[in-house]
Amino acid sequence: MSNSFDLIVIGGGPGGYVAAIRAAQLGMKTAVVEREHLGGICLNWGCIPTKALLASADVFEKMQHAEDYGLSSQNVGFDLEKIVARSRAISKQLAGGVAYLLKKNRVTVFDAEASLKKGAAAPIVIAKSKDGKTQELTAANVIIATGARARTIPAAGLVPDGKMVWTYKEAMVPTEFPKRLLVIGSGAIGIEFASFYRSLGAEVTVVEALDRIMPVEDAEISELAAKAFKKRGFNILTSASVKSLSKNANEVTATVESGGKSTQIIADRVILAIGIVPNTESLGLEELGVKTDRGHIVTDGMGTTNVKGLHAIGDVAGAPWLAHKASHEGIACVEKIKGLNAHPINPLKVPGCTYAHPQVASVGLTEANAKARGFEIKVGKFPFHGNGKAIALGEPDGLIKTIFDAKTGELLGAHMIGAEVTEMVQGYVVAMGLETTEHELMETIFAHPTLSEMMHESVLAAYGRAIHI
Amino acid sequence: MPIDIIMPALSPTMEEGVLAKWHVKIGDKLKSGDIIAEIETDKATMEIEAVDEGVVSEILVAEDTQGVKINTVIARIIGDDEGTAPPKAAAPKIEQPVVATPPAAPAAVPPPIPAAISAKTGERLLASPLARRLAAQSNIDIATIKGSGPNGRIIKIDLMNAKPSAAAAATPATPATPPPATIAGLPYEAGRYDIQKLDGMRRTIARRLTESARDVPHFPLQVDIEIDKLLEARKGINIQAEALGGKVSVNDLIIKATALACKAVPAANATFTDEGILLHHHADIAVAVAIDGGLITPVIRNAETKGLLQISNEIKALAAKAKAKKLMPEEYSGGTFSVSNLGMFGIKSFSSIINQPQGCILSVGAGEPRPIVKNGQVVVANVMTVTLTCDHRVVDGSIGAAWVVAFKGFIEEPMSMML
Repeated sequence: MSNSFDLIVIGGGPGGYVAAIRAAQLGMKTAVVEREHLGGICLNWGCIPTKALLASADVFEKMQHAEDYGLSSQNVGFDLEKIVARSRAISKQLAGGVAYLLKKNRVTVFDAEASLKKGAAAPIVIAKSKDGKTQELTAANVIIATGARARTIPAAGLVPDGKMVWTYKEAMVPTEFPKRLLVIGSGAIGIEFASFYRSLGAEVTVVEALDRIMPVEDAEISELAAKAFKKRGFNILTSASVKSLSKNANEVTATVESGGKSTQIIADRVILAIGIVPNTESLGLEELGVKTDRGHIVTDGMGTTNVKGLHAIGDVAGAPWLAHKASHEGIACVEKIKGLNAHPINPLKVPGCTYAHPQVASVGLTEANAKARGFEIKVGKFPFHGNGKAIALGEPDGLIKTIFDAKTGELLGAHMIGAEVTEMVQGYVVAMGLETTEHELMETIFAHPTLSEMMHESVLAAYGRAIHI
Repeated sequence: MPIDIIMPALSPTMEEGVLAKWHVKIGDKLKSGDIIAEIETDKATMEIEAVDEGVVSEILVAEDTQGVKINTVIARIIGDDEGTAPPKAAAPKIEQPVVATPPAAPAAVPPPIPAAISAKTGERLLASPLARRLAAQSNIDIATIKGSGPNGRIIKIDLMNAKPSAAAAATPATPATPPPATIAGLPYEAGRYDIQKLDGMRRTIARRLTESARDVPHFPLQVDIEIDKLLEARKGINIQAEALGGKVSVNDLIIKATALACKAVPAANATFTDEGILLHHHADIAVAVAIDGGLITPVIRNAETKGLLQISNEIKALAAKAKAKKLMPEEYSGGTFSVSNLGMFGIKSFSSIINQPQGCILSVGAGEPRPIVKNGQVVVANVMTVTLTCDHRVVDGSIGAAWVVAFKGFIEEPMSMML
């Protein structure tokens, strides 16, 4: 087997494997070097297995509320081992699917850890496999798609121990159910685990350093989310930081400081969800002079770095740290290498979803950001209780909020909370991608009865024309 | 079914005309070929004829109205037998004879050109709805824009990039043409708008910028400037400045560099008069400040002699006074050179209208990371685009260019401002 390629992708996650398939489609001889497992965090320890866990939690909650729907159920319970086993089986199935797709597209996969060789005119990748053997692979272009991992803060003891202090990885495969759970960080990862464990009956405390949970979301949505979670029994502490963790044989005591006061929270398990750090060590980036910013490789939004032939996509290349951003960036990067008309990612058109109960989804500018940028705006809001389908589903809580530029009618942002909003947000993303104005959205016919009708009503509301409110 | 009668294009270049005279009044019965009205262009007066039969139901533009844009609805007629009026052809085929032959009496009143048809090629024009709306709002013919989207689709960014060359006004909400004399002459139904009274400032802005745009032969010079060193220098300066209780902004550095460039190229720091060109001894820099209801340009006097902290403090004080509308006349008049910065709004580039009697105005866009080519390689640098609008009567291209080069030198090598 020749070790010379047109393109080598380091990392087989949602950025890397998608980039590799696109390159193969464009006729490039392509290789992927993956050190752990195809599909990356997303497929093995992130997006997909958590959705499987949350699906179990959702059914469990519904069973407990069966009477609301005129049904009866007794002895509702769960088997943690089986819930986890289902989640793992789904990850395994999909990882196998990625291997199949790469094979089908004739992408060579190296089961090895990659580093870059210094001083070569064209990039050379040294692939070191688990048995210690190394081989040199060459290519005109190399894409670094090594992703990221959980951030830790050793100074405050915020370091996973694999037993009582968890990252997403341990939280995904619990062997015992924690009765008391402390979640540090209220981004998507923290909130999804908090939601899962709360559904199964854990006492859950969420600690957030900023003044509101889910701080990247629109302030109004954050507030509604906090309200909904509190109603479900979450204990939420904002503007609070964990100063230290002390462990004994079977519990952890966290010292939390908030508003000058110090309190102690005792928990069986702690989940760290305080952000990510990019995986750039041991690649040899410094020796090659690759420009980085706080650990992230600096690119032009289409993966191009300051070193010829070297590209970076996905989490390692900066925010937003989302699988779909990585995939899109991977495709843009490959198309740029191939000389096609590629465009850099516009972060304002990247949707974000949190699959808690209730779900949260958004795209574009928040109301505060739109104002800060000097836009004169029109804001539309439509509540779930004004929608027939939402009532029929037994999901009357939620809101769809849209933000328009008053001068041009450009859709600047959409922010949603409630049932199935993670599926609905795509409608607005398409609209933004096509640069529709409020006019086209108003003229669009939405099927009845659907939750999506609320997307229409929210747009109408922004212009004082909502029908059902 | 009322039928719209619209302002016809009487020549390929016509954009607007004068509705000189109505030959009909409301209630008049029309038959095909009747003379409806007289239209004046800058070249000739022509009569327009009715194509449809019916009764005049509305006259929407008064006699003797100037500047009526083509395709504006000027009147409506109702078909003879209600409900079965012949449907007005919407096809643009009627457009062709009018464009092709500018006859003394065009036979047809052309319907509006459907947005999706390019007048030039007849092919479908790919453009996003937002791009179409932005083009309409800026009076840009969208067919002249080059699209960068899929299959050459025209998207928002293409309009944003086209705007500076399409004579867009630099200052927000500045009318580019004199407002029509009366509201009654406009095709807007009463009750569908609010009237904002013109205050003194708005009248002054309208008058002065109209005069400037019309009377000053101006041209823009645009250049991209790398600002990484400037940002670095600012960090260092601010460590010192903060010890003195101040903080220097990028804008303060831009004003300093502007003043020094005026000293380096004094011919650009000048005013045209019929009696001779005034070459100013000092760089009195007028800084555009947006305030409630308009904008004003307080002046930093002898800016070339002042330190950054002094410039910074003066601007802060003047801007605060401006926002409170408490500036004294001597604080906002007598500037020799203007700077307008819309970078904080993310504007990439724009070209301002000259603030007479000054000779030049510098328009500063947003500093942002962009891919640039250096030694044959694409690298990322922080770059801002600035545009110098020059009064050609005093500042020729070579002088303007010399000024821009001097300014760029100060920004890219901020240490040279110390010399």
